Amino acid sequence: MSLQLIPDDINVDFVGKRRFFVVLSTLINIAALALLLTVGLNYGVDFAGGSVAQLSFKTPTSSAAIRSALAGLELGDVTVQDFGAARREYLVRFEQARNVGSLGTRIRQALERVYGANGAQVLRVETVGAKVGRDLRRDGVEAVVFATIFMGIFIAWRFRRVSLSFGAGAVIALVHDVLVVTGALVLSRLQFDLTTLAALLTVIGYSVHDTIIVSDRIREDAAKRRREPLAEVMNRAINETLSRTILTSGTAVAVLVVLLLLGGPILRPPAFTLLVGFITGTYSSIYIAGPVVLFWEGRTGAHALPSAA
Amino acid sequence: MSNQDFAPILIILGISAAFLYMHFTGASTKAQLWLAALLVVTGLGVLAPSLGLEPPAWWTQTAPVPRIQLGLDLRGGTHLLMQVKLQDAVRNALSRTAEDLKRELASNKVGVKTITLEPAGALLVQLSDSRQGAAFSDLMRGGFPDLEVSRPGSAAPPGSYQLRFTAPAVRQVERNAMDQALETIRNRIDQLGVRETTVAREGTSEILVQLPGIQDPERAKELIGKTAVLEFKLVDDNHNLADALRNGPPPGDEILYGPPGPGGRASYLVEAPVLMTGDAVTDARVRPGGRLEGPYVSVDLDRRGADVFDAVTSQNVGRRLAIVLDHTVYSAPVIKERIPGGRVQITGSFSVDEAHDLAIVLRSGALPAPVTIIEERTVGPSLGRDSIRRGEISFVVGALVVLIFMAVYYDRAGIVADLGLALNILLLLCVMAAMQATLTLPGIAGIVLTLGMSVDANVLVNERMREEVRNGKSPREAVRLGYERAWSAIRDSNISTFVAGLILFQFGTGPVKGFAVTLCVGVLTGLFSCLAVTRAWYDHQIANRRLSALSV
Repeated sequence: MSLQLIPDDINVDFVGKRRFFVVLSTLINIAALALLLTVGLNYGVDFAGGSVAQLSFKTPTSSAAIRSALAGLELGDVTVQDFGAARREYLVRFEQARNVGSLGTRIRQALERVYGANGAQVLRVETVGAKVGRDLRRDGVEAVVFATIFMGIFIAWRFRRVSLSFGAGAVIALVHDVLVVTGALVLSRLQFDLTTLAALLTVIGYSVHDTIIVSDRIREDAAKRRREPLAEVMNRAINETLSRTILTSGTAVAVLVVLLLLGGPILRPPAFTLLVGFITGTYSSIYIAGPVVLFWEGRTGAHALPSAA
Repeated sequence: MSNQDFAPILIILGISAAFLYMHFTGASTKAQLWLAALLVVTGLGVLAPSLGLEPPAWWTQTAPVPRIQLGLDLRGGTHLLMQVKLQDAVRNALSRTAEDLKRELASNKVGVKTITLEPAGALLVQLSDSRQGAAFSDLMRGGFPDLEVSRPGSAAPPGSYQLRFTAPAVRQVERNAMDQALETIRNRIDQLGVRETTVAREGTSEILVQLPGIQDPERAKELIGKTAVLEFKLVDDNHNLADALRNGPPPGDEILYGPPGPGGRASYLVEAPVLMTGDAVTDARVRPGGRLEGPYVSVDLDRRGADVFDAVTSQNVGRRLAIVLDHTVYSAPVIKERIPGGRVQITGSFSVDEAHDLAIVLRSGALPAPVTIIEERTVGPSLGRDSIRRGEISFVVGALVVLIFMAVYYDRAGIVADLGLALNILLLLCVMAAMQATLTLPGIAGIVLTLGMSVDANVLVNERMREEVRNGKSPREAVRLGYERAWSAIRDSNISTFVAGLILFQFGTGPVKGFAVTLCVGVLTGLFSCLAVTRAWYDHQIANRRLSALSV
């Protein structure tokens, strides 16, 4: 016996409420952009340069104690962050360390003096030169920009028999999703490093994937019902794919919640990015990509789409 | 990778291709399912070593055992990115060319007042007689095609010329320097005795070094970073060292220092010309010294080096010879007698480890230019283990959530989809093992995305089949229409993801590349197992009339 969550004859008026959601999304996007430009992402050493060390202690300790233990090393600006594990794991970040070469050894020696021979352990040390950080940041931005441009061209080409507007809709939805996710990352103060970047790229992949699924149904229905206004065709297509949309994003979100809860502190930033991204990616296929297509078609005066491929 | 390493991936591709051929030509559905089963068995076999099941010894001796490599973020170890200072390599090459030029000019009787190396990377030549300009130009054209001759500017005195390398010559020098640096660093790392190290070129001037399992990277860094330029120079005893320290060295001399010791660094006044360099070294070994002086390094020279050394020592008996490594004077023994045979001892107060490392760098040769570490990541093994454990738990729990949900929601069709998903996971991991790909945390993100996409493919197909069943279609028609109608959406979204993966591979660096690889492989295995193989199963059921009602 199989289950059914969404009734067959569901008919929610998504398209009719689009103005409200477009305004809401625009406001959220402006806020995200403002956050990104003023507060900025909490770049990890991958992108900002500098050093980071992950420390583990036998007995619970405090960030003040760690800071005083490391004070003699003259490491410049030090930030200490509790990394979970009942105050026994900490992340120490150095903006600029002189004599970076032997950082791991020097930290271990400094900690041994205060916490005893086996009281503290250096789990991980990462040092990235400022120039490498800038290069990695540029490469990352390039990858995101090229992937976005390509996706737009590809979708515009695949749906060219219907309308070029689908490409525009997908790209605007994609930019929306990237902004929402980076805005959420700014607010959460989670670290933006290479792993988080990979998660952001995953969001881009998913967002376009989801937009294509919905657009494909619009393409199919538009071919069947040429006389119906586009807004109605679109609303029907969204309702027809609603069951799939909820199932797929629902399972993905369920898996990501598992990842967020069990994955530990290192996986937390990417899991959070994916979670926010999958939710906004699903939402934007309906409320961003669709309205863009409608707006474009309204301007060019074509109320019904031409026949599909 | 040797040819043999491609065997597993070719076998997997062969079986898959045979399956696809039969699938699309409508061959026997039974044969298709047998091929799919064969693929599962092969896949498990390829994957077994990666999961810790060691194949029997007779197998490992005859066939390659590919396995998934874990990235340093998962297994622990040190990752270093070093930059080779190529400008220095070009400067060094230019100063060597200056020596050749001096000899060539002298043998052609062209008088030169000075040849100086400018900081900007050009040679400034001042002829003694400006009327010899034509002869000089002829000589340059004939003998030094790599150099570009220009006038340094209108204000310069007559008879002065600026020489710099042509663009192709610079590229050649840089390429050679990178090759030599790569070779030298590889040689040194091989002697560390660490398994499965990586030394690879990155971009135009960087070298990536990965040392899995290394706990304390300090010694490795010390060893790799040593330029190891060995030079022999004579100590100048005619001038006063104290005067030179106060007023600067007299012309033709320079001041060099010894290694830092408890009593500060010793200083030496040496004559600038290099008598001999480390190029002549053929072998270097650690010898245990007496109780007082500690171990020393015994260096063997080649024939030419031995001749030079013989001549230098016989002409300078009684003077001191400075043995200079990377501009540091390690020892300056008095030449007691002529030394034939080409064996030199380098003493100094070395510890056994220091002497050992010195021997390694002398044996592996000098770096053509200094290298600096611009990126370092060291992950301890306990953290790596923790990441793997957490990753595994998350993966298993997440996969179970999806599999159980599909089976409950779509009943029989859900179980078929689950089998497709399981096959997808198996194939994806097995292709990665066959490619000897490296699995990193970002790579795991790529796997999660492709699994999400193949779940979606199944959801799309099943939703369509439900619709068709509801419209009163027979099972056969419902299956056909379900797959056909879902196909265009699945095709477009998978193509866009695949090509985006290719773009990321092109533009991304290390971890992003790993993500891109898993993404591209996952799209292919996902389409294969979640569409083609599940379809073959339905076709088989329909062909045998077992499917009277579609349970979806």
